[in-house]
Amino acid sequence: MSLLELNNVSKWYQEGTAKTEVLDDINLKIEEGEFIAIVGFTGSGKTTLVNLISGLIQPDQGEVKLNGEIIKGPGPDRGVVFQNYSILPWLTVLDNVKLAVDTVFPKLSKKERVDKAKKYIEMVNLTPAMSKRPKELSGGMRQRVSVARALAMDPKILLLDEPLSALDALTRGSLQNEIGKIWLEDKKTVLLITNDVDEGIYLADKIIPLKPGPKATLGPVFEVNLPRPRDKKAFNDDPKFKELRNAVNKYLIEVGSAAKKVEDTPYQLHDAEPEDLLAKRTLSIAYKRSKKNLLVNKSA
Amino acid sequence: MKTTLLTGLRWIGLGFLEPMIRLLGGEEPKKNTTLMFRKMIFPIFSILLFIYMWDAGASYLFNVEAERKIEKERADRGEAAALEMKQNIDTGVKKDQPNSLPSPSQVYVAFQALLDDHKSITIKKEAFAKKTAKVNAKRIAKGKKPIEYTGRPSFIDQIYTSLKTVFAGVLLAFIIAVPIGIVLGLSEAMRNSVTWIIQLFKPVSPVVWLLLVFMVVKTLVTDSDMDKSFVISFISVGLCSMWATLVNTSMGVATVDKDFINVSKVLRLGAFKNIFKIVLPASFPLIFTGLRITVSVAWMVLIAIELLAQSPGLGSFVWEEFQNGSSESNAKIIVAMFLIGGIGFMLDKVMMTLQKLLTFTDDAVTT
Repeated sequence: MSLLELNNVSKWYQEGTAKTEVLDDINLKIEEGEFIAIVGFTGSGKTTLVNLISGLIQPDQGEVKLNGEIIKGPGPDRGVVFQNYSILPWLTVLDNVKLAVDTVFPKLSKKERVDKAKKYIEMVNLTPAMSKRPKELSGGMRQRVSVARALAMDPKILLLDEPLSALDALTRGSLQNEIGKIWLEDKKTVLLITNDVDEGIYLADKIIPLKPGPKATLGPVFEVNLPRPRDKKAFNDDPKFKELRNAVNKYLIEVGSAAKKVEDTPYQLHDAEPEDLLAKRTLSIAYKRSKKNLLVNKSA
Repeated sequence: MKTTLLTGLRWIGLGFLEPMIRLLGGEEPKKNTTLMFRKMIFPIFSILLFIYMWDAGASYLFNVEAERKIEKERADRGEAAALEMKQNIDTGVKKDQPNSLPSPSQVYVAFQALLDDHKSITIKKEAFAKKTAKVNAKRIAKGKKPIEYTGRPSFIDQIYTSLKTVFAGVLLAFIIAVPIGIVLGLSEAMRNSVTWIIQLFKPVSPVVWLLLVFMVVKTLVTDSDMDKSFVISFISVGLCSMWATLVNTSMGVATVDKDFINVSKVLRLGAFKNIFKIVLPASFPLIFTGLRITVSVAWMVLIAIELLAQSPGLGSFVWEEFQNGSSESNAKIIVAMFLIGGIGFMLDKVMMTLQKLLTFTDDAVTT
């Protein structure tokens, strides 16, 4: 039995009689300890997919199962790292992480809970900033707090919803390194949603492209058979990496242009000649001018 | 040292002194001179201009009133009486002074007089306390009430009473409005079902509230020892001023950032924890803005309510002086006006400082 299972999941939004289908017939199986990356264009329904798994929204068709049980609502067994950090600005870094520890492990003693929170803050290298408030932190640090909070819930699966897309390229790179390192330490099951193919290849065991919406669905699985720990610098010269990247990119571009073609229903133009205002004007000017015997308009 | 002084000044709202202090320290003379002019000299100039205009207006009104008095005297009792009246006005005979808008200097004199009055009353009170100390101790030992000073309250006492009423009223508003606001913010059904009540009662005038409270309190409070007028006035102040807090709290709670709600959902926080850890801190800035409005409204309606409820305080002080009708009374009313404005301003500053201390700010620091 897989840890997470999505069977024929569809999601649509209905407004009056208009029905917008966001996700269509999604089938996905994630085994324990796997790192899966789902890559897709912006607006292809990636966040909807994460919300379905986290339980914040319910599918309109099909079922989402965790450990064989249908997911009915959100819960701490699925730790989510949201795209826009979502850390609480009125709490310090420690308190933000502790809030999660306190709610998920109410039976532990006070000291054990603090230690647990501190452990995960250490894991994301934020120990020096432990008593700072989010407004004093940079975007990258905020996202690390969010990662620490999600890890501290000790979830069965970690859902990363474009966690690095709001960061600049340099910070993104170093956070990718850290996520890779943490995964090697912790061996958590991770589902990473991203729009960056390189990020997916660098971190994941498998890459699954999401065909662009409406009616987004998952494409074929690309296995990433690269040894770990992976070195980002070496990647640039690695033929295996290049090949994989090209394959994924090619697939994404193909489905992308196919999706565009579907939208390109031919548009019938009016059966009317556009009026050439300029021509008329030059004529009248030429007429006036010739009347005054000044110039002969060449174009007329 | 200097930086702490400057931050301190900024905190208590005296930030306009900053350029002058920096200038005295010889920092960036050119920039700080401009800043000093902009922040200090211009406001001082405008205050002086205001006082000058007030003085001019007062002396114009004084002359109009004096002229009228003399003319009236002439018509009623002839030329000689008119001349006498003119002389009386010029030499400052009290009973013949024209009664109009007091000038700034008159107001200052009245202010001094009020302070002196306060001092003498305090001395009287102390003497009374000394005299009755033994008797009171005996009475308390016997379980009786002590004898209290029943003389006329001084101006400062009135301010103190007014502040007490406002605090009681604001506290009442806080206790009523915040919990109801939270409930309304959390439940759309509740919000929809009581919106009409809020819309209907929000614009009701303080005077009507007072009458309504009077009707209820009169029936409920029969204990003659209780200060009924105080109860009536503070409840009215609370009811008039609570609407801003109520509306702001419910709006703040209803519009908590969806991300925070998602966090709460993923953590499966209980209802209690959800409110105290997520919803309230997130809506605190809006709640506090509501409280600030509440305090300023409370102070504003207080004067009118005290005046009508016969409750001691600045309102009744103003009204009594107005009934008194002498030119000194007019000056005292103006003193009260400035003090009411000043205290209102200070209350707002206090609330602003509290808000700064208690609410989070989320000024994003870019990577």
